[in-house]
Amino acid sequence: MRILSRLAVAAVMASTLFAGGASFAADTIKIGEINSYSGLPAFTEPYRKGWQLALEQINAAGGVGGKQLEVISKDDGGKPATAISAAGELTASDGAVMLMGTFFSNVGLAVSDFAKQKKVMFLAAEPLTDAITWSKGNAETFRLRPSNYMQAAMLAEEAAKLPAKRWATVAPNYEYGQSAVAVFKQLLSAKRPDIEWVGEQWPTQGKIDAGPVVEALLADKPDAILNVTFGGDLVKFVREGTTRGLFKDRSIVSFLTGEPEYLAPLKDEAPTGWIVTGYPWYAIHTPEHDAFLKAYQAKYNDSPRLGSIVGYVTMKAAAAILAKAGSTDTDALIKAAEGLPLDTPFGPIEFRAIDHQSTMGAFVGTTAVKDGSGVMTDFVYRNGKDYLPDDATVKGLRKAP
Amino acid sequence: MGTFIAQFLSGLAGAASLFLVASGLSIIFGVTRIVNFAHGAFYMLGAYAACILANTLSGALGFWFSILASVLIVAVLGALLEMTLLRRIYRAPELFQLLATFGVTLVVEDLVVILFGPDDLLGPRAPGLEGAVTIAGHAIPTYDLFLIAISPIVLGLLWLLFNRTRWGILVRAATQDRDMVAALGVNQKWLFTSVFMLGVGLAAFGGALQIPRDAVTHQMDLSIIVEAFIVVVTGGLGSVFGALIAAVLISELNAFGILAFPKISIVLIFLVMAVVLVVRPWGLLGRPTGPARATLGLSIRPWRPMVPSRRLAVAGLVVLAGLLPVVAGPYVLSVGSEILIFVLYAASLQFLISTGGLVSFGHAAYFGLGCYGAALLATALGWPMETALLAGPLLGLAGAVVFGWFAVRLSGVYLAMLTLAFAQICWSVASQWVDVTGGDNGILGVWPSAWASKPWAFYELALAVAACGVALLRVATFAPFGFALRAVRDSELRAEAIGIRRSRVQWAAFVLAGLLAGISGALFAYLKGSVFPDAFGVSTSVDGLVMVLLGGMGSVSGAVAGAGVYKALSIWLISVTDYSKLVLGLLIVACVVLLPRGIAGIRDLLPRSLFARGTAR
Repeated sequence: MRILSRLAVAAVMASTLFAGGASFAADTIKIGEINSYSGLPAFTEPYRKGWQLALEQINAAGGVGGKQLEVISKDDGGKPATAISAAGELTASDGAVMLMGTFFSNVGLAVSDFAKQKKVMFLAAEPLTDAITWSKGNAETFRLRPSNYMQAAMLAEEAAKLPAKRWATVAPNYEYGQSAVAVFKQLLSAKRPDIEWVGEQWPTQGKIDAGPVVEALLADKPDAILNVTFGGDLVKFVREGTTRGLFKDRSIVSFLTGEPEYLAPLKDEAPTGWIVTGYPWYAIHTPEHDAFLKAYQAKYNDSPRLGSIVGYVTMKAAAAILAKAGSTDTDALIKAAEGLPLDTPFGPIEFRAIDHQSTMGAFVGTTAVKDGSGVMTDFVYRNGKDYLPDDATVKGLRKAP
Repeated sequence: MGTFIAQFLSGLAGAASLFLVASGLSIIFGVTRIVNFAHGAFYMLGAYAACILANTLSGALGFWFSILASVLIVAVLGALLEMTLLRRIYRAPELFQLLATFGVTLVVEDLVVILFGPDDLLGPRAPGLEGAVTIAGHAIPTYDLFLIAISPIVLGLLWLLFNRTRWGILVRAATQDRDMVAALGVNQKWLFTSVFMLGVGLAAFGGALQIPRDAVTHQMDLSIIVEAFIVVVTGGLGSVFGALIAAVLISELNAFGILAFPKISIVLIFLVMAVVLVVRPWGLLGRPTGPARATLGLSIRPWRPMVPSRRLAVAGLVVLAGLLPVVAGPYVLSVGSEILIFVLYAASLQFLISTGGLVSFGHAAYFGLGCYGAALLATALGWPMETALLAGPLLGLAGAVVFGWFAVRLSGVYLAMLTLAFAQICWSVASQWVDVTGGDNGILGVWPSAWASKPWAFYELALAVAACGVALLRVATFAPFGFALRAVRDSELRAEAIGIRRSRVQWAAFVLAGLLAGISGALFAYLKGSVFPDAFGVSTSVDGLVMVLLGGMGSVSGAVAGAGVYKALSIWLISVTDYSKLVLGLLIVACVVLLPRGIAGIRDLLPRSLFARGTAR
């Protein structure tokens, strides 16, 4: 025991020396970044390329307030508990002044709750759940992507123009799918009281049994279908649906399907004539987007996905917030972020003070197959600020200031 | 009527791949007693290989050649794995192979992303089978009809192989009595390798056949492996025909469940498995297994309680651990707290596995119930941390009372799968009962009271709880209750002869382990500040098993070391690399080969004189 305790004392002394020696360089500002890199590489790899490009541009232009930005990036493996560990490491030991990132809604919510508890600013990039800005929103959390509600509102607007009266839905059986269907139903029924909801399918996320799901939908005899499945489930659903004639003479309205992440893997089997939200990078011709596209393709020799845009804009937003705040104090950052205007490849956006949601929008269009791959045609950019409820409703939904 | 027929046919088609994978798993288990966790990885590799080949080669010939070639390639990979890795560890304690194959799965998951890229791949449709046939007014994909025909053909071929060839007879003999086959001079090495190859080939075939229907992703393995286990167990271990029946049953259940209860189809298969196992403890077509020949091999050198000097040393270590806050910063302390929480979790599982001989694949059930118990009390009822921490774990206890009562009616792999079913049922309740549990968005805002919110304070709390918990488990092991538990583990018949009721003793062990796992879950909720359904997830259960196996199954508290090493490694790895699964998997495999008795087995490699006084393990 005596030896052991001597060893312990020696260890204590050694580690204090070590800790004392590690002071951090004051000429950089550190931002902590968390995402599901190993869990969902198809979406997060382009996202990482996006923020890395933006970071390079920001630092090449002199950084923020004369200081270079440094991003310390962590993988959460798709698990909220791991994300909390990462957030703890980033803030407590790596010296990050704010957090950004996350993909899954539950991971985003866990980090947002951490941010509230530890009083650190969090810029959520990808999570779509409405809860993160409304029912469980907090002062420290801001969110970039158009929320579930906003995308549902954009699609419901298009859906209301269709003659279809009998609607069925198919959505993955977890929070994202459930709330997407609920909001869409509510908004569409409000616009079109004559609509009838004739069936709903809730396949397990990642495990759709596509044949039976398609047959069950056929049995409901709908005029139109709302689809919320994505990724591998979407591929199976499209293949079975095409073979079994589900999409023939029916209108399909579909969340996210126009995003290159989900449309490109379908190649020439991509569905045609679906009304979708997405990102037609190949056909957007604005100076802002051209500049982004050129820089992205030059750096990576690859086409951007929606994740690339999200990563790019998140990074730019973080830099803009830091620049406006002129400090790394959390309260100053929150104050700077509220109402912050920002120029993006999609045009100008703003982080609303009322609920910390950005007004970034999405492209709504129709799918088609061109040169053996799926594309979006006849698309319009829908500005996010036009698809949010009025301020009184938002105040009712959001408890936090 | 048309819909009915269409659903029935879709169900049959869905059963094909499931049957192929499950029959491979069943054959491998029957002969080698290996619970091959890597089976899903081989299924995925089969799909990747077929998809890449078929996208390069064109035409009908190219497509079918790709399917066959991918089966052969993956089967050879399987044989290589068997020869280089599994052969070395057949002698290791049962289930150790599970750990090795789990490591392989982790490696493969990262490897396919590195080799084939992060994007989902799409294979071509089967040439000539792209269209649909109209049956009873419904368009049924031609490929589905082809899949429906595949299962009986494979079943027939397997029957011929096992009943009409010398090799098959030897394999059946080995399934019945491995030692006897060895005694008769059959070269077991090659028999095992060929069986493993066949099983892996079937998995790859199942994967390759999916490419005209499915997207090929790096997560295919997990989606099939649990279902394949369920099919094998429901059908009866070692019974290929049983696997077919169970695969059809489960697929049809999915197909018709979608019509009747679209929202709860997740739980349906677990509920059916649970019912089958409760009614028929050996699956539909399985036969009761005789009493196990060898248990953990502990009878030779029984455990003894620690001698006073060692107790002092352990107390010293705990005090030393208690001094960590003097030197460590808040992040290290929060990692330390997490490790301590998992020490308690793994120790409770260790108690079930090592002392009780009860392998639970669903220990996450009690951990998750503890999480939710504490979180619900804290948020819905507004209880303070102190009382929520005390009362929350009671939910874990209640779960163990109910699940344990059913589970102790079974034994071996059947028991393991029933516990898995319970954990999955809890998971679906947590993710579906949105009004109470918050669904996938979980419960937020479960933060500790002011005094414990400092990382050092929470660390000391976790240390105190974990130390008391592990001590309690050790005391239980060396109390009359522990002796009774070990008696029924080592010989049920003799134990009953001296008046020990197996079911009652084992039930009590479940309850104790469930309570302690619940306590660790409640602490975990307060450490993270939020709880989510993945607390009940398969990965939480598997993590616990890995910790126990890594620490050493044949020891009383090896889990302490196992949990510490595994948790610290995985937290550190995921923080420094995106390929944490690859590195972790390789480390696990290396550990298995080098330390077949786990970390606690290190001492066997050291000179005995070092441990002359303390013989307790």
